[in-house]
Amino acid sequence: MAWAGGRELGENDLRIDTERQRATPEGVTLGLRVAGPFARGLAWLFDLMLIFVALFVVLLAASLLGNFGAGLAMVLIFLVYWGYPVAFEVLRRGATPGKTILGLEVVHDDGTPVGPRASVLRNLLRFADFLPFAWGFGLMSMLLSGSFQRLGDLAAGTVVVYRNSAGTDLPDLPNETPIPPPVGLDRQEQRALIDYATRVPTWTGERAVELADLVVPLTGAEGTQGVRRLVGMAAWLIGRRGTSA
Amino acid sequence: MNRDEFVGANRALWTRVEGMLDRLESGDRYEQELAELPALYRRCCHHLALARQRHFDASVEARLNRIALRGHHQLYRKRRGNFAADTLRFLGAGFPRLVRSHAALFWLATVLFYGPGLVMATLIFQDPDIVYTLLSPAQVAEFEIMYSDGPEQERGSEGDFAAFGFYIYNNISVAFRTFAGGILAGLGTLFFLIFNGLFLGAVFAHLTHAGVADNLLAFVITHGAFELTAIVIAGVAGLRMGQAVVAPGGFRRVDALRRAAPDCVGLILGCTALLVAAAFVEAFWSSSVWLPAEVKIWVGSAAWGAVGLYLAFGGRGGS
Repeated sequence: MAWAGGRELGENDLRIDTERQRATPEGVTLGLRVAGPFARGLAWLFDLMLIFVALFVVLLAASLLGNFGAGLAMVLIFLVYWGYPVAFEVLRRGATPGKTILGLEVVHDDGTPVGPRASVLRNLLRFADFLPFAWGFGLMSMLLSGSFQRLGDLAAGTVVVYRNSAGTDLPDLPNETPIPPPVGLDRQEQRALIDYATRVPTWTGERAVELADLVVPLTGAEGTQGVRRLVGMAAWLIGRRGTSA
Repeated sequence: MNRDEFVGANRALWTRVEGMLDRLESGDRYEQELAELPALYRRCCHHLALARQRHFDASVEARLNRIALRGHHQLYRKRRGNFAADTLRFLGAGFPRLVRSHAALFWLATVLFYGPGLVMATLIFQDPDIVYTLLSPAQVAEFEIMYSDGPEQERGSEGDFAAFGFYIYNNISVAFRTFAGGILAGLGTLFFLIFNGLFLGAVFAHLTHAGVADNLLAFVITHGAFELTAIVIAGVAGLRMGQAVVAPGGFRRVDALRRAAPDCVGLILGCTALLVAAAFVEAFWSSSVWLPAEVKIWVGSAAWGAVGLYLAFGGRGGS
């Protein structure tokens, strides 16, 4: 039995990718792909640029209004600094403009859209995440938490995930003569083959060959011939028969 | 049914649900057809479970997963209440109750804030030069000028508004930092409470020593009732978080934090309201020169009494 930090390893601990499973009341599990520090850092930089531009315009306008403008500017700086992320996360489907550009959104860790309270909390705690400098504690927390949660996310129970985990189009498998696998494959092996065949068109030929060469005992061939046989087996596995799809 | 037959048989349904979700996400919520969505969504969830169980390839599962995710977002969205009415009700009853339910932390934060201030003040009364351990000579001079003979002249409503903006920006940010520092095992909250206490104690004691205490007291007493109480309450919220991290009890630290979170958010909301009130008073009342100092001190004392009564008795007896 595997243990991590004194508790039994759950399914999420054993995963090697960034997809996290959440159960819905309908009894299916949703896959949420959590976003790492790099994507989130970029989103933050976009937001920062936007804030600077907006504040520059506002301050320029306020400077024409004398003392009244100075007061207004301070109130606006305050509202933008603390309120900008909350406003966008609550009103614009969990994403600031920066996150929208990166295709990210904030959700509760059960997958539901982020609410006002969680958003307020996670954004107030940005201050602590930023300490001691340049998001130091936030980064440490993200690397240790398992779902890339900074301190604010941990307290508010939120995660930042990719909005579109995959395209909606169903890419067809490459056209290849279906061939039956020479041995019985279990479900996971079948799944690996089908995934492989689905992705072959997105790789360079060398990469496809490199991976196919790992299973020469299965295909009985090296190089591009091995790739073609694997794709053929995948076509067979999804139910194609005959000479072409 | 194999993968291709499955896709062929259900593609039309998926496309239809995706279209409905597109419309919902663009804000169109009033179409008759949408009444069917929950049933259709459940069928898609069923398809997703089926696709997983039968190990169809990744693309089918990804598409269904996305439909389930988007549908889940739309169907399990929290209903937005009436924000203004909810906030008013919370400030009227929920907030004082919340503060009372954290009475121990409230008194702890009070001691942590005012205690160092009193110590600092006592030290400065004995040796006035100690003020320079905390404040630079320039800062000290600035405070002295500020309160020497009261403000020279009325700065006008525009100046009042500029001051209001500054108080909002500065004071609420201080409170938010005091709270946020709490997640660092409470250390950040401790630091800000003690540091601000020391700072205020030093300024107060130095100006008393310099003989302008009356001006100062008349200026700060009214808004201080709201502002100092709000800082203490921000401290309560921060300490509550620190408590969850340091002494989580029977929970994992993450879970203890999450259980503390709703109370913390409530405390901070109330604290923000108090600070907005404080900024109004500070900008438009405390600084006015035409009001005699005695009036300000009487009104200020009444404000302290009112805040105390509000926190002690607000929301009692209701449900």
